[in-house]
Amino acid sequence: MTTNLVYVITVGVLIAAGVTMLLERSLTRVLMGVILFGNGVNLLILSGGRLGAPPIAGTDTGEPLADPLPQAMILTAIVITLGVSAFLLAMAYRSWQLVGHDEVRDDVEDRRIAGLAARDQGLDSGDGDTPGDRAATGRAGGAAGNGGGAAGAP
Amino acid sequence: MTALVPMPVIMPLLAAALTLLLGRRPRLQRAVSVCVLVAVLLVAVTLLALTWRGEPLVVAVGGWVAPLGIVLVADRLAALMLVVSATVTLAVLVYSIGQGMADGEEEAPLSVYHPTYLILSAGVVNAFLAGDLFNLYVGFEILLVASYVLLTLGGTETRVLLGTTYVVVSLLSSLVFLTGLGLVYAATGTLNLAQLAGRLDALPEDIRLILQAVLLLAFGIKAAVFPLSAWLPDSYPTAPAPVTAVFAGLLTKVGVYAIIRAETLLFPGGPIAGPLLVLALLTMLVGILGAVAQSRIKRLLSFTLVSHIGFMLFGIGLAGPPGLAAAIFYAVHHIVIQTTLFLAAGLVERRGGTTDMDRLGGLARISPLLGVVFLVPALNLAGIPPFSGFLGKVGLLQAGVADGGPLAWTLVAGGLVTSLLTLYAVARVWDRVFWRAPHAEMPGPDDTTHTVRARAGREPYSDIAGHAGTMLPRLMVGPTVALTVVSVALTAVAGPLFELSGAAAVDLLERVPYVRAVFPEGVP
Repeated sequence: MTTNLVYVITVGVLIAAGVTMLLERSLTRVLMGVILFGNGVNLLILSGGRLGAPPIAGTDTGEPLADPLPQAMILTAIVITLGVSAFLLAMAYRSWQLVGHDEVRDDVEDRRIAGLAARDQGLDSGDGDTPGDRAATGRAGGAAGNGGGAAGAP
Repeated sequence: MTALVPMPVIMPLLAAALTLLLGRRPRLQRAVSVCVLVAVLLVAVTLLALTWRGEPLVVAVGGWVAPLGIVLVADRLAALMLVVSATVTLAVLVYSIGQGMADGEEEAPLSVYHPTYLILSAGVVNAFLAGDLFNLYVGFEILLVASYVLLTLGGTETRVLLGTTYVVVSLLSSLVFLTGLGLVYAATGTLNLAQLAGRLDALPEDIRLILQAVLLLAFGIKAAVFPLSAWLPDSYPTAPAPVTAVFAGLLTKVGVYAIIRAETLLFPGGPIAGPLLVLALLTMLVGILGAVAQSRIKRLLSFTLVSHIGFMLFGIGLAGPPGLAAAIFYAVHHIVIQTTLFLAAGLVERRGGTTDMDRLGGLARISPLLGVVFLVPALNLAGIPPFSGFLGKVGLLQAGVADGGPLAWTLVAGGLVTSLLTLYAVARVWDRVFWRAPHAEMPGPDDTTHTVRARAGREPYSDIAGHAGTMLPRLMVGPTVALTVVSVALTAVAGPLFELSGAAAVDLLERVPYVRAVFPEGVP
């Protein structure tokens, strides 16, 4: 199967631009990224089908008809993207209303654990109620549940 | 009888429209939702009875025959998942009605809850029944969009800010899935699963591998497989308890279901089984190590959820009938257990005013029933012998030992370690929340007044802290107890259930029954 080179390049550029925007912190830019990415993917689906004359019954002009199935799929995908974009916009607006910006915020738990780690360096002997560090940080939780948690099982 | 197949999708969708119209009449709205989900459960049981011994049921939607039209296929696996998901959605709905009534939420903002919840259940069912890759995508989108709304319900600050992570990650997974669809269509010219089964076999090995990797990447995000699982423990605990429960029970398992379909019907064998096993091991261990370090119950349960997805992936990665059968059994068990645990955590939050283990204690004395509905599923999750968790794990370990490869043995060891650590994690909850002496701040056993506590500011995840000390509403306890009973009953029916999942696994690996049901006159 052959496909048009212009399509392929456009798809690549759209998706690359979309991914770049997705990596931004502002939700509005993320939304732009989603839309660009979505359009890129839609073009990709379109270029996967056969190209040709409009696939309408009764307009047989002799040349091969385009494949209608990707077009139907793209329509569905466009509708879904539209709905989701509206939702994301509402979220960005709500976030702006609540905190004055629409930035995707840092992972709360990571920040909390970083704080705990900093505190642990100060006072080394954790009491039984100190939650241990996440094991992934490599500082294995010596403080985690030394209240005899396992032994307390019936 | 095939007319029954689309019913579990159509009924909740119509009911969603109806309940939206009935937004101002909560009593009627609740009645409609419950009736419809009961009907879905009955249809699901009928479908399971019909497919138990027989061929898969196939419906060409709108009369357009496959491969041009869309087909819905109810085979043993789909019917089994339908029954379990219908049970769970019904129980959680009753629980949330109980919570809503107790909180006096008779009016406006939550009138969208019922329609959204019904749409979510329609999406889950649609994903299970889809006989077409694109319809699977639509099913995913339906359930995801509904889940966005449910997760950010009320639009409070915590939910909007933390929900953003979930929404963006899910969007990315949808886009990856859509890319995969485009590539699959370009390579094969069809998206019908039964037709794809043959056409993908004919493709060159490297192209198949690319398609498989893209689809598994998309499904892996949804199923929260290890490197793609970081979003889950951050976003799930913020939602209201019933919403978290239904997400934890069903949404990740829809991803697992999609992985099972992809690995059996579309890409059987293949070189990805090895990497899948490694990912399963990492998912189990990293997830459970995360759980051990948590001090809030809901977060801890979210980490165990991630961890136990690894068990299912283990069974799928073994790629043989015993492993797959055990994975299916485990998925059934895990849907019920994880939902029950999150519902119980909701009750703990309600009774104690927080889910922070450091500020809870003595709940076993204050509310013995609550102790039972937490302890039984918790032991079940850890795999203590009489329970279904033990049976599922034994099935998986047996399959791993039978496989005999070095990687399979590593996973057997990893599975055992994970079970032990799960036991440690849940025992820690039990010890702190239920067993030790009541915490000074805890409401006492006879403290039935509405003690409003100024904790909301200190407890970022709690949305019902103001209700601490109230008695537990019967409609919330009822479904939790019912699901606990179901989870224990899984042990009693484990024989037939294993037989069923075994037959489903053999069917899945043979692929012939599925393909023949969709194309009785041969694949075009």
